[in-house]
Amino acid sequence: MNLDTDRAGFLVTFSANDLEAREGIRAIAGQLRQQGISEERTGDVEIALAEAINNVVEHAYAGVEAGQIHVSCHLRAGRLEIRIHDRGRPMPGGDLPSGEPAEPADLPEGGFGWFLIRQLATEIKYERRGDKNLLWLRFDLPEKPDA
Amino acid sequence: MCLTSTDSGDTRIIAVNVERIDAAMAIQFKEDMRSETEAGPQRVVLDLSQVKFIDSSGLGAIVASMKQLGGDRRLELAGLTPVVDKVFRLTRMDTVFNLFATLDEALTARQK
Repeated sequence: MNLDTDRAGFLVTFSANDLEAREGIRAIAGQLRQQGISEERTGDVEIALAEAINNVVEHAYAGVEAGQIHVSCHLRAGRLEIRIHDRGRPMPGGDLPSGEPAEPADLPEGGFGWFLIRQLATEIKYERRGDKNLLWLRFDLPEKPDA
Repeated sequence: MCLTSTDSGDTRIIAVNVERIDAAMAIQFKEDMRSETEAGPQRVVLDLSQVKFIDSSGLGAIVASMKQLGGDRRLELAGLTPVVDKVFRLTRMDTVFNLFATLDEALTARQK
């Protein structure tokens, strides 16, 4: 796992496996706390980000040699913009899943990932560019109270 | 092993001793739950107070743990921290489990 920071934000790069993904997600959440984002909003971002990254590990890189996942984060004017890119397989159908939630009474053991991302992110965008998947997640942040 | 069990009356209390039940932990969690619940009391309370983060893989592992209990045995959840609570509420899986704010509340509820 590698973390680079600059004035505009930070970039985290890690290998597409569960343990590296965990370290990457924790590093990003740690950076967001350091930037003064509230514990509650950091939690929202961490849930959505974990689901998006787990999907890359489990689906985009399924059956192909696992590569790297790059996550860049930019904070500006009351919003957090996250861009995730990988070189795995494209999203089926070239578009984002609709994210219909699984039915609780059926005791589902999965099928909540995209639903959670859609519930928590303000805006989501996906694009296949060459051999890359690009996923943007935007989160609006509440105004910081005056110090 | 990420779990520790103690019995209190007719309740088995299983404490989760990790901060994250995520994709990297889900399989181990399910296996550990199986060995902690192979025998023992009918009622199982999972103490989640040390868990700061859960993702949908972890949620799925808890659901699978309840199903593998089988029969009339129940799995109830106590001590949900804010992020864990949010994941259960957003997915409406809070409607499937009995949830208690603290382990004490879970144990008191039983005595009534």
